[in-house]
Amino acid sequence: MRPVLPLAVALLLAAASLGAWAQKTAADGIAEYRAMLADGNPADLFEAKGEGLWKQARGPKNASLEKCDLGKGPGVIKGAFVELPRYFADTQRVQDMESRLLTCMETLQGFNAAEIAKTAFGRGEQVNMTALTAYISAESRGMSFNLPNNTVQEKTMYEVGKRLFFARSGTHDFSCSSCHGEDSKRIRLQDLPNLTKNPGAGSGFGAWPAYRVSNGQMWSMQLRLNDCYRQQRFPYPLFGSDATIALGMYLGVNGKGGESIAPAIKR
Amino acid sequence: MADPMRIRAQAAGGNATVRVLMAHEMETGQRKDAAGKIIPAWHITEVSATHNGKAVLTAEWGPAVAKNPFLQFNVKGAKAGDKISVNWKDNRGDSRTDEATVS
Repeated sequence: MRPVLPLAVALLLAAASLGAWAQKTAADGIAEYRAMLADGNPADLFEAKGEGLWKQARGPKNASLEKCDLGKGPGVIKGAFVELPRYFADTQRVQDMESRLLTCMETLQGFNAAEIAKTAFGRGEQVNMTALTAYISAESRGMSFNLPNNTVQEKTMYEVGKRLFFARSGTHDFSCSSCHGEDSKRIRLQDLPNLTKNPGAGSGFGAWPAYRVSNGQMWSMQLRLNDCYRQQRFPYPLFGSDATIALGMYLGVNGKGGESIAPAIKR
Repeated sequence: MADPMRIRAQAAGGNATVRVLMAHEMETGQRKDAAGKIIPAWHITEVSATHNGKAVLTAEWGPAVAKNPFLQFNVKGAKAGDKISVNWKDNRGDSRTDEATVS
């Protein structure tokens, strides 16, 4: 037995260092791949489309969205994205970018917000919604997240979001925190951000909307959260529902100070 | 009518680097929809680029090119202020031309 033991230890050490080496290069490889793709990010196309849609008179009232108040006054887009979700006095709700756009599309343009919310992602007005989110987020590119979070409503939403984040349920007894509650976790070869604190919360929340290369689709935060719930085998949350906004509030506040790189590019 | 392209052209060292993003579905004709029916092929078949009206690139494309394609090429002798125009045609007969100025 004697000579075998050192050999076994040596093998173990070799395996451990090989593992660490492989893990590092995989993460580096993905970073390199993203950097290569970022130069020609097709999110640019959606951004351009969204800009056109923002300025174009549409809907039953034949009006543009240029008077839409995203939290910084009517028509102000720059810096709006990094301060959402926030409380809006006119609707008496905490709203994220998508739900706020729904409000504007209904009040200014005369669209039926409930109808749009029911539309599947990638169909009808939802396509325009995604393009608009790409445009609005792009106008705040490079800015730091700074959600106001100072009203009772916002603080309540943050608490609700926190509880949803840690709530385990469903057939797999899963929660958001199962994947995103600790440092240095990964799924397959990709690192999972710890969304309970920075830098994970800022870089995770600040990367959506994003273009996904694997399926060639532009995804808004609403769709991203929807997919998180799908992966947990939960029922889909309603588009723009308070649950999704509460989660956005939790992630956004946790990401305070983080830089927004949206619309980003993803695998 | 197809969505616009994004063209960026930057002069460097007597040449210009042109980067083009095209908005196109690029269906291969190999995929099936939810009902099991084949989604018909729909992709760009021809790409051409001109520098101040003179053809500098022509390419034949097929279904192997990704959705929302990105194309990068260098144009010899192009300088700031020159016009770069890019055109694509697809197998449905649709086409799109966009122009950019070298900066």
